[in-house]
Amino acid sequence: MDCDKCGKPAKVHLTQLVGGKVKKVALCNECAADSGVTDPTGFALADLLLGGGDQGVTSVVPRPPGRSRACPECGFTLDDLKRVRRFGCGTCYEAFREEVKDMVRGMHKGESHCGKVPDGLMEIRQRKLRLEELRERLDQAITAENYEEAAGLRDEIRQIEDSMAKSETPS
Amino acid sequence: MMRFSTLLKHPADWMIGKGADNAIVLTSRIRLARNLAGIPFPGWAKKDQRQQVLEELCPVIEGFACMKDGFSKSLDSLSSVQKQVMVERHLISREHAARGEGSGVVIDRGQAFAVMMNEEDHLRMQAIRPGLDLAAAHEMIDAFDDEVADAVEYAFDPELGYLTTCPTNLGTGMRASAMLHLPALVLSDQIGQVLQAVGKIGLAVRGIFGEGTESLGNLFQISNQSTLGESEATILRRLERVIGQVAKHERNARGKLLEDDPDMVCDKIGRAYGVLRHAWIIESKEALNHLSLIRLGGDLGFFPEETVATCDELLMEIQPAHLQIQGGRKLSPEERDGIRAEIIRSRLQTLEPPDIGRINKSEGDDDDSPDLGIA
Repeated sequence: MDCDKCGKPAKVHLTQLVGGKVKKVALCNECAADSGVTDPTGFALADLLLGGGDQGVTSVVPRPPGRSRACPECGFTLDDLKRVRRFGCGTCYEAFREEVKDMVRGMHKGESHCGKVPDGLMEIRQRKLRLEELRERLDQAITAENYEEAAGLRDEIRQIEDSMAKSETPS
Repeated sequence: MMRFSTLLKHPADWMIGKGADNAIVLTSRIRLARNLAGIPFPGWAKKDQRQQVLEELCPVIEGFACMKDGFSKSLDSLSSVQKQVMVERHLISREHAARGEGSGVVIDRGQAFAVMMNEEDHLRMQAIRPGLDLAAAHEMIDAFDDEVADAVEYAFDPELGYLTTCPTNLGTGMRASAMLHLPALVLSDQIGQVLQAVGKIGLAVRGIFGEGTESLGNLFQISNQSTLGESEATILRRLERVIGQVAKHERNARGKLLEDDPDMVCDKIGRAYGVLRHAWIIESKEALNHLSLIRLGGDLGFFPEETVATCDELLMEIQPAHLQIQGGRKLSPEERDGIRAEIIRSRLQTLEPPDIGRINKSEGDDDDSPDLGIA
């Protein structure tokens, strides 16, 4: 086969699918180098080289910049999630809770966790619950002008707060 | 700190089945996926965030008593061959081997624990035991996980459990698996049926070597697929039960093969012995399949018992990256086939020919071999 440009023996053969039709181009080494076909980023080569360009096959309409919902913590978007089926950070699971439900359904034996809970987290959660309860009782005691009970509650709250502060800054 | 050469020289106890019955179930492994709260998962994190995770986790993991004198490296400080060797030993995943800066690996001296940092999740930790003992492996990694949880804050949600990059790992973040050697089920054409039954109860089965559904060396891995909605104990109980049943089927099939078609068994094992003892050039596929038969022979009494462990070591040593390290340079496939044959020949040099007489004698002697009488 001869070069489509200059007629010398062709060494480079390009095949490209354009608008569902196969286009073939043959080039000699020099013409191939001249036209920069070795550049892997080049596209629609047949049009480029032979000036064909029927019905504007090269025009790609860029999608409008996505206004897809994003995770407030890490910026991972719903589009990202749909594309890679993976999450950006722990908070994403909060941000896309509804989508998570749909994804998880049928993926596992169940939809809510029944396994291990990290030790520390359990304690922290329990302490927090206890604190909430104590504070509520403290408010009630103060409203009821039951200062003796309020003092006791205040001491207990301080004790828990102290121990929490300590465990948050390990030596 | 342990060096790579030390890691390479001493295969872990679990790799050669020390202290456990590993004739059918070679190893039990538990892997936990964990992430730190408040920082993006590795795939979405920026370079400095990944570095930050590594700097937070590495000293914690290295500091554990079980990691004393262990192996700890950043992935960018390992060559691709070294990483590949670790993949072949099941110490890191194929995905992890593709990573570099910002990812790390810590392995204890006995290689029972292996921790990957910044793989798909911030933390992937595994414990491996020889034989079928998922409960023991889980106990080990569970205690390890508790220690890590004392030092860092995990990304956890009461509803979804441990939060992972991929939702397929949510909940317990636990993947439990066992590696099984099932030559008799393959030889007797029952393997498809058995694996289909396992698949039906929601467990995953795949070959250890080979692409897709192909299994080389008759080695299979069975693991849980679901990680959410059941406790660790429930998942492990089901797996142990199913794997135990598959192992029993294999045991029965071995007995039945010897009873129904002893000539075929003798012929297969004898040919495998002949080829491996005398081949000068051998491809991976052929080697794995013959080694599988020698391993079966070791279990059935054709060869001394310790032959099984020799085969397990060879299964690792004849893989491409191991050969490359052995050869000390990049090898062409042809060169690899030559070195592979050489290693096998030298390892099997002292192995006596299969003891066919013993098998034939015990064939008609039901009292001597009650195991083999199962119909």
